[in-house]
Amino acid sequence: MANKYLHIPRLRRVYVWELPVRFYHWLNALVILVLIITGFYISNPLGLLSHHDASHQYTMGWFRYLHFAAAYLFFFNFIFRLYWGFVGNKFANWKQFIPTSKRFFKEMWLVFKIDILMLKKDGKEQDHLSIGHNAMAGFIYFLTFIAFLVQCITGFGLYAGMSSWWLPKLFSWVPSVFGGDILTRQIHHWSMWFFILFAVVHVYLVFYHDYVEGRGEISGMGGGFKFIEEEMFEKNAHQTPNPEREDEKK
Amino acid sequence: MDNDIIPKQPTYYEEVERKGYSRRDFVKFVSLMTAFIGLEQSAIGQVAKAMQTKPRMPVIWLHFQECTCCSESFIRSSHPIVADILLDKISLDYSETLMAASGTQAEAALKNTMTKYKGQYILCVEGSVPMGADGVYCMIGGKTSFQILNEVAEGAAAIIAWGSCASNGCVQSAKPNPTKATPIHKLITNKPIVKVPGCPPIGEVMAGVIVHYLTFGVIPELDRLGRPKAFYNKRVHDTCYRRPFYDAGLFVESFDDENAKNGYCLYKMGCKGPTTYNACGVTKWNGGTSFPIQAGHPCIGCSEENFWDNGRLYDRASAFAGFGIEADADTLGKVALGVTLGAVAVHAVATNFGKSKTIHDHMEEGNESEHELES
Repeated sequence: MANKYLHIPRLRRVYVWELPVRFYHWLNALVILVLIITGFYISNPLGLLSHHDASHQYTMGWFRYLHFAAAYLFFFNFIFRLYWGFVGNKFANWKQFIPTSKRFFKEMWLVFKIDILMLKKDGKEQDHLSIGHNAMAGFIYFLTFIAFLVQCITGFGLYAGMSSWWLPKLFSWVPSVFGGDILTRQIHHWSMWFFILFAVVHVYLVFYHDYVEGRGEISGMGGGFKFIEEEMFEKNAHQTPNPEREDEKK
Repeated sequence: MDNDIIPKQPTYYEEVERKGYSRRDFVKFVSLMTAFIGLEQSAIGQVAKAMQTKPRMPVIWLHFQECTCCSESFIRSSHPIVADILLDKISLDYSETLMAASGTQAEAALKNTMTKYKGQYILCVEGSVPMGADGVYCMIGGKTSFQILNEVAEGAAAIIAWGSCASNGCVQSAKPNPTKATPIHKLITNKPIVKVPGCPPIGEVMAGVIVHYLTFGVIPELDRLGRPKAFYNKRVHDTCYRRPFYDAGLFVESFDDENAKNGYCLYKMGCKGPTTYNACGVTKWNGGTSFPIQAGHPCIGCSEENFWDNGRLYDRASAFAGFGIEADADTLGKVALGVTLGAVAVHAVATNFGKSKTIHDHMEEGNESEHELES
């Protein structure tokens, strides 16, 4: 094999996802799963055949209870993540999600060309390195945050009427914006599909990046580390915008 | 509202007495109304006093695009005095359906009340106002509904929008709304408006709104959508006697199944109770006899805005606008999921071609490292 003069790079371990980010990620995944399952059940419950009286069972009640409990976790987790977007490391910073520079859009286009269209340059496959989120992913996560917001607002809006706590009551204005609960409920239901479609693409792309790039994309959300070639540090070739660096704020 | 300056109008109580009701009947009525409008027991005296001292309130009742089910509901409210006192005795000076006069006489009565009680009369509007084609779809005495509404609203102390038509457009404003049927609050903005939606609203609710105004001289407390809180602050679902079946997860699956006979929850039959705010579960209809769900029929949400377009009557899911009648959110979602999975599969296959060199190099690199470990 030696005659091939393989270039074997030295990899450096980079701590990308801090523990709070990983915790947020997996809690979020779990509660969204619970919310989708219970939400589907609430919208179209199973036809139970029971010889018990109604007083002996609480099936729908439990599904609703789970839905509401998960919703609270989801909400506070979401709030926490917003906070972490200001105090976390550069990969968790809010600038990774909201396009604030031309560079962001240029990188999105680059990612689109390399990862979706798989365009080659001078007959060679192109590589692209974003250590944290790439710009495209960051922007999609920004959209998911908007979807989170829609679900929180419509969900708590529907819930407010049953609650005596001030927090959900803050949202009691919501149904009147949509002319009532009917449309509010439907928006809540429609938006849910975004999460399902997102999850499919998200999981696929994680596998894709790990398969093509081999930098520990999948395990990154477990231990927090990704593995980056030594020369990338020398060339400073990574695309991740660094909010701490003034010269990048163009 | 200061009713005292209205000349020589008999009070409600005087009218009731003249009509032959006993004091006992009167007090019963007052207690009933006090309870309906959500006041505590101690307020019974206040209501009774208002009915005994305040002269009859002049009321103009306009009918536009509607089916008169609101009037029908009103005159059938449970306590006979409700209809009697508030229709006969309300001094309903103008109401197309119920007044004796017609033609020029009726118009004269309307004009008379408008000038005589300017700033004091209550304007009740039943029906939506067609704004399409300059309003020709509903004209009375050569005037369009909009003209009449504007003229009469000018001197009104307050406006009550009876029923879903006047409150939110109801069926006339369903897509494509050819007559441009418009609810009252979108046309008149400078007067207090009470919306009393429902198709029709419950008679007692209608009476309650009037009694409240009479007693306190102001319109009742309204929610964000302009409906009296006393009647519209709870979902039908939350006051439904079948709610325990909902919580237990026991549902009617079809109208003729065993579960329907057992009186299970009608949620899966498209009941809109969970999204409808009304007093049906509490006040009920026809003197507390029953209400739709008690009769085995799901609530269709008739007091909710846009209930015609916002959902199917017998289905929880609603048609997804622009994708045909059968396409609800879940059908579309499943199609989108299929397309997404397909796209992902195509991309996965394409990756092995488009990125073949990169993948190959990584494999070689990995294999080489593996061999080195062996030796």
